[in-house]
Amino acid sequence: MAAPLSPPRLLPSGDSAITVEFSRNIDDDANRRVLALDRAMAGAPITGVTETVPTYRSLLVHYDPVQIGFAELGEQLLALAQQPISAAAKTRRWRIPVVYGGEHGIDLEDVAKALDTTPDDIVARHVAGDYRVAMIGFTPGWSYLSGLAPSLQMPRRQNPRLLTPAGTISIGGVQTGVQCLAGPSGWHLLGQTAVRTYQLHREPTFLLEPGDQITFTPVDAKTFKEQDRAAEAGEFVAELVAS
Amino acid sequence: MSKLVIPSIGPASSVQDGGRPGAQRYGLTPGGAIDRLALAAANTLVGNDLFTAAVEIGPFGAKFTARGGAVRVALSGAPRNADIAGRAVASDTSMTLADGETLTLGFARGGSFSYLGIEGGVQGEPMFGSLAVNARAGLGSPYPRPLQAGDELQTAPASGAAERRIDLPATSEAPIRIVFGPQDDEFTAETKKLFLDSEWKISATSDRMGYRLEGPFIQHIDGHNIVSDGTVNGSIQIPGNGQPIVLMPDRGTSGGYPKIAAVISADLGRFAQIPAGRAFRFKAISMTEAQAELRKFRELLRTLPDRLRDIESFDLNIEALHDANVAGHAVSAVDAGTWHVASPADILGPD
Repeated sequence: MAAPLSPPRLLPSGDSAITVEFSRNIDDDANRRVLALDRAMAGAPITGVTETVPTYRSLLVHYDPVQIGFAELGEQLLALAQQPISAAAKTRRWRIPVVYGGEHGIDLEDVAKALDTTPDDIVARHVAGDYRVAMIGFTPGWSYLSGLAPSLQMPRRQNPRLLTPAGTISIGGVQTGVQCLAGPSGWHLLGQTAVRTYQLHREPTFLLEPGDQITFTPVDAKTFKEQDRAAEAGEFVAELVAS
Repeated sequence: MSKLVIPSIGPASSVQDGGRPGAQRYGLTPGGAIDRLALAAANTLVGNDLFTAAVEIGPFGAKFTARGGAVRVALSGAPRNADIAGRAVASDTSMTLADGETLTLGFARGGSFSYLGIEGGVQGEPMFGSLAVNARAGLGSPYPRPLQAGDELQTAPASGAAERRIDLPATSEAPIRIVFGPQDDEFTAETKKLFLDSEWKISATSDRMGYRLEGPFIQHIDGHNIVSDGTVNGSIQIPGNGQPIVLMPDRGTSGGYPKIAAVISADLGRFAQIPAGRAFRFKAISMTEAQAELRKFRELLRTLPDRLRDIESFDLNIEALHDANVAGHAVSAVDAGTWHVASPADILGPD
C-alpha cells in the first residue's frame, strides 16, 4: 500500500462549495490529482454533493449545506484526496487551425513588442507548443491549455476587455486557451480558430475533454473563412490526429 | 392557448427560471433568475412551482398584452409603477389581464429586477432542463436572447382563480453578508478591513455575468494573476484595477483573478437588487452562520404559499397608489374586477 498523498487545502467558496486546492500553480501532478478525485467522487457519490468542477489545480465541489456541512464534507474529501491515484485514461490528440494576427489577433503586435521580438516569432513559439487541455471553464467550451513556452508567459491585462471574439486563441499568465464564445477576457489575443469547442445540436456538444492533447496549425484568413462556414454547418474542423 | 405579446420592453429583460446546474465542468454556467425569492414569490402568486420560467424585467419599463384569451400574472421584485389600462396595480399581487388588455410597467425604483410570473408558465423547449436565457451560450427558450419588442410568450389561459397577494418579509438594508475565501490570503488583514469598512457602489457597467463595484482600491499582495479556478454565484473577484467584480448567475464557471470572498446565498438576491450608484457595505460572517442563513432562506421559499392572502378592499396596496401619484400618474381606482375602492383618498386617509 502506497503512502497517503499530501493533503490538499480546503478553501471555502461561499456557503455551498469547497475548493479542494492541490497547488497554487500550474502543475501536472496537481492536475492529475484533481482529475483522480473527480473520478473517485463520480464513482462513489457523496450525499449532498451536487456538482464537481475540475480545474487545473483544484476541484470545486458544489454541495447542499442542508444535506452535508462544511466540516463533514471536508473530512471526506481529505480522505479521498489522499488515496493513491489510478492510472490516467487514454488521451486524444487534436490539431487546431489558427489564423494569427491582424483583426483575428489584435494583441499579436503588442505581445511581440512586450517580449522584444517579432510577431512571426511569437507565432512560431506558439505553434511549436505541445499543449494539454488542463480544464474547461469560464464560458462553455473555453479550454485552458497547459504547456505554454516560458518565453510566451506574461501577465494578463490590467483591465479585462468586455468583449472578445468567438474562437479567440489567447495567452494569459502561464496558460494559453481556446475560447469558444464571444465574451469578456483579460488575456492577450493572438489569433482565431474556426473550431467550435461547444456547439448546440452537434454531437458531441462539447468537443474537448480535460486531458486531450492539442497542437496549433497556422492558416491564412481565406482558409479560416472556409473553415468557419464548415464549422457553422456542424463540422469539427479540428483534426483528430490520434486517440 | 393564450399568449402575452410584448409591445415594448427595455434591455436586460429575459425569460429566467431556476437555471441549469450540472454542466459547469464544461464551462456552462447555471444561470437562472438573479433574485430567486422574487421569482418564487411571483410564481407562488399564480400557483406555479417556485422556479417556473417567468419574465425577469430589467431596470427599464415594459408592456405586456394578453391575446387569445385572458392571462393571469403577478409582479414581484423591484417596485415600479404598474397599471392595467390606466388603473394602478400593486406589486406582490396577482392580476388577470383580459384578452386585449395591456399591463404597463415603469422603471424599477429601489431595485433593479422584477419578475412577471405567468399562470401556467412560459411554453418553450427546455435546453439542459431549463428555459433560462443565457445569451452568450446561445441558450434559452422561446428566444435564446433577451426579450425584444414584438416577442410573444405562449401560455395557459387564465384559470379564473381568485386574486391573491403575498406578505413578504420587509426588504432589509443591512450590509451584504460574505464569507471570506477561497483566496482571501492574497490580501493583507488591512486590505480585508478596508474592504469591510468601505462603502461600495454598483457600477452601471454591470450585467447578469458580473456586477462591477466602485470603491477604494483593493490591493493584492502578489499581483492579480492566479491560476484560474472555479467560481460560484456571488464570488467576489479582484482584478488588476483593484475594483471588485461580484459574479452573478451568468458568470464564468472559472476565473483567473483572486476571489477575496463570496456573497452568502441568502443575500444574493438582495445584493442583485441594489440600484447602481447606491452605497452599501459588506459584512463578514462565519461559515456556520452563512449556512444557517441559507437554511432560513430555504425555509422562507418553502413556506411562501403560507404567505398568500386573500385580497380585501383595504388591502389595496397603498404604496403602489402613492408611488403612482408621486410619479404624476392619474390614478383611477375604479375597477370592476379586483378593486373595490372608490378613490385613493379613501385609502390614504386624512393625513
